[in-house]
Amino acid sequence: MNARKTLVIVLFAVIALIAAACAPAAPAFTPPTDSVGVVKLAPGDPIHVTWMFVVTGEDGSLGIDERRGVEIAIDDRKGEIAGRKVKLDGQDSGCSAEGGQAAAAKLAADTTIVGVIGSSCSSEMRAGGPALTKAGFTMISPSNTAPDLTDPAKRFPGYFRTAHNDLVQGAVAAKFVLTQLKLKTAATIHDGSPYAQGLAEVFATNFEKDGGKITAKEAVGPNDKDFKPVLTKIAATKPELLFYPIFIGAGSLITQQAKTVPGLEKVELMAADGTFSPDFLKASGKAVVGVYQSSPDLSAFAAGYPDFLKKHQAKYNEKPLSIFHAHGYDALNMLAAAIEKVAVKAPDGTMYIGRQALRDAVQATKDFAGLTGTLTCAANGDCGAPVIAVYKITEENFNKLQTPDKPFWKP
Amino acid sequence: MLGRVFGKRAARLEWTDIFVYSLGALIVGVVIVGSIMTIQKGTYGARQWFDLVLFGLTLGSIYSLIALGYTLVYGILRMINFAHSEVFMSGPYAAYYLAISLAASGLVAENPALALLMIIGFAMIVSTLIAITVERLAYRPLRHAPTLVPLITAIGASFVLQYTFRGFFGPAIKVYPEFPILEQKIILGEFQVTSLQIFVIVIAALMMLGLHLFVQYTKVGKAMRAVAEDRETAALMGINVNRIIVTTFALGGALAGAAGVLFILVFNQVTFYMGFYPGVKAFTAAVLGGIGNIPGAMLGGIFLGVIESLGPNLILDGLGIPAPNQLKDALAFVMLVLVLILRPAGILGERLTEKKA
Repeated sequence: MNARKTLVIVLFAVIALIAAACAPAAPAFTPPTDSVGVVKLAPGDPIHVTWMFVVTGEDGSLGIDERRGVEIAIDDRKGEIAGRKVKLDGQDSGCSAEGGQAAAAKLAADTTIVGVIGSSCSSEMRAGGPALTKAGFTMISPSNTAPDLTDPAKRFPGYFRTAHNDLVQGAVAAKFVLTQLKLKTAATIHDGSPYAQGLAEVFATNFEKDGGKITAKEAVGPNDKDFKPVLTKIAATKPELLFYPIFIGAGSLITQQAKTVPGLEKVELMAADGTFSPDFLKASGKAVVGVYQSSPDLSAFAAGYPDFLKKHQAKYNEKPLSIFHAHGYDALNMLAAAIEKVAVKAPDGTMYIGRQALRDAVQATKDFAGLTGTLTCAANGDCGAPVIAVYKITEENFNKLQTPDKPFWKP
Repeated sequence: MLGRVFGKRAARLEWTDIFVYSLGALIVGVVIVGSIMTIQKGTYGARQWFDLVLFGLTLGSIYSLIALGYTLVYGILRMINFAHSEVFMSGPYAAYYLAISLAASGLVAENPALALLMIIGFAMIVSTLIAITVERLAYRPLRHAPTLVPLITAIGASFVLQYTFRGFFGPAIKVYPEFPILEQKIILGEFQVTSLQIFVIVIAALMMLGLHLFVQYTKVGKAMRAVAEDRETAALMGINVNRIIVTTFALGGALAGAAGVLFILVFNQVTFYMGFYPGVKAFTAAVLGGIGNIPGAMLGGIFLGVIESLGPNLILDGLGIPAPNQLKDALAFVMLVLVLILRPAGILGERLTEKKA
């Protein structure tokens, strides 16, 4: 380095020092540090929140319903979190492990994302969770219900859910069959997805614990069409009830085919929240009349729910497509409240959000007034206020293609 | 048969042969042991076995009809028409709109036979048109390109068709109206058959018989066989090769359209994505029977349908495997491997000459 260059640099340094000294005395600002990372937003940058739902295909109604809940929540906040505009976009995760993995990989590449509302299906989170958690995001799922996602040994750091844990749902379903229907034998079918497998297992455990008998535990592929062979196998064990907590695609076909199989003409059918949608009624046809479904009890939702339904009707001009819209609404609001708690504003208008701080803030959620009830996050990440009821699809529901309004039975 | 194959190979037995044949022997062993153990367990009576075979035959005859489309095109062009599964989807998808309007007009209730005939006819026309269009736009311009090129365009055409339907008609499931005439139960002593199962099997059998007669006894059929044998020589003999190729696609399309409606009558639902799995299965069936061979495709389809339905309960159940029905696809493909080990050209396939291969 020659002498002239050195001189110029020294000169600049001196000027800079003088300028700093002459500036009005401001409290020294140090940007927050965070063990996972910090999101830095320049003045005017929006807060980037994404969804990761299944919005296409047979199970699309599940995710579209959740997305609408999120969108209404943002409308209710006038499009702002912590004084910044919200930027909402998302990825379709297809209700499959592969779809979840692909969507998560895309999301993980975008470092502006603060939080992810999702996923819809437990399989998507099981496969996509590692990428999301590594990217430092906070994930809040409105509808993942598989027990193992919040099993402390397997939970992804930063993962929460406003949905119920199927440990609750499976127990309610088993109790309903034993005490209300007074049936003693049942068979279960799952499709290998974490949701269905977990729920069928919890149901079976509770059912046998309380004196029932599981005659067959069967599994099918999620893309199968012909369930008559497996139903024939089940028919040979003579169950009184068939519990198939799977998704609309396979669930509707099982509903159609079950009673056509010799030996199962009188069997009672029971599905779960994964099929609680008008699409299930449409896809199953007349056979759906009389099917029982365990699902969140909409009548137990908070007082604000009718108001939400009005906004939903005004915005989308139809009734909710599935059951997890309110859970989506709560998920976004929980995330927003946590962001507002941890966001730090620098004097120059830059905003900093610590990723670990945000996770801790969501974890600390306590007595949060949501649409689905009063939410408190347990240490394992279960934040939901689960009230599960059982519904029965009537002739009238089928003719109008609407899911039942009122529970048939409450525990 | 087996002995002959072993005998011929014994002279130059390589470790790959040993591996392949011991794999085959292992599969045969598992199949036999599993079946014996299931039958000894006696969980299922004659009625259940009958039902399982019947379900398999119903689905299998639909696979056969689709498989014919793959095999006809392969026989003539030596090319796998992967867009065939979308040809299969498009017919019943379009006929859905006819079906709901017929149901609304009351024709389904008044004259169900005529309504069914119209629906099947319409689906066949639509599928045929789509098949011909795909041939004209995606394959003919590439007639002299290397074989890999039309294969890739076939996959492209398949996606284009799928997402065109999705774009026009949406991703939601559409449900066909119900046909009470097909829900009758016919009781034969201990056994029970539905009119739907009979309808599907009979229609499929008639179609296949019709195709066989067409290929064997008409002038166009003869020309098709000539083109399949040797395209250049056939052209020299005055056969319009392009017209024969279009006819082949049209035949395959018509069969796929009919198969599509039968499939929908069994499963009731149409979606833009419905062609994919039956397409893969039917392609497997065509390979199983010997691709390029018409009776082979029919046999392959039935074989695959029955294996899928019967196999898990017959073979895997006895081995104590829990929930065997989720493995039905795996079992079907293992059977494919077995057949290809024992008969590399498929059940009825002939060894291809240098020129054809």
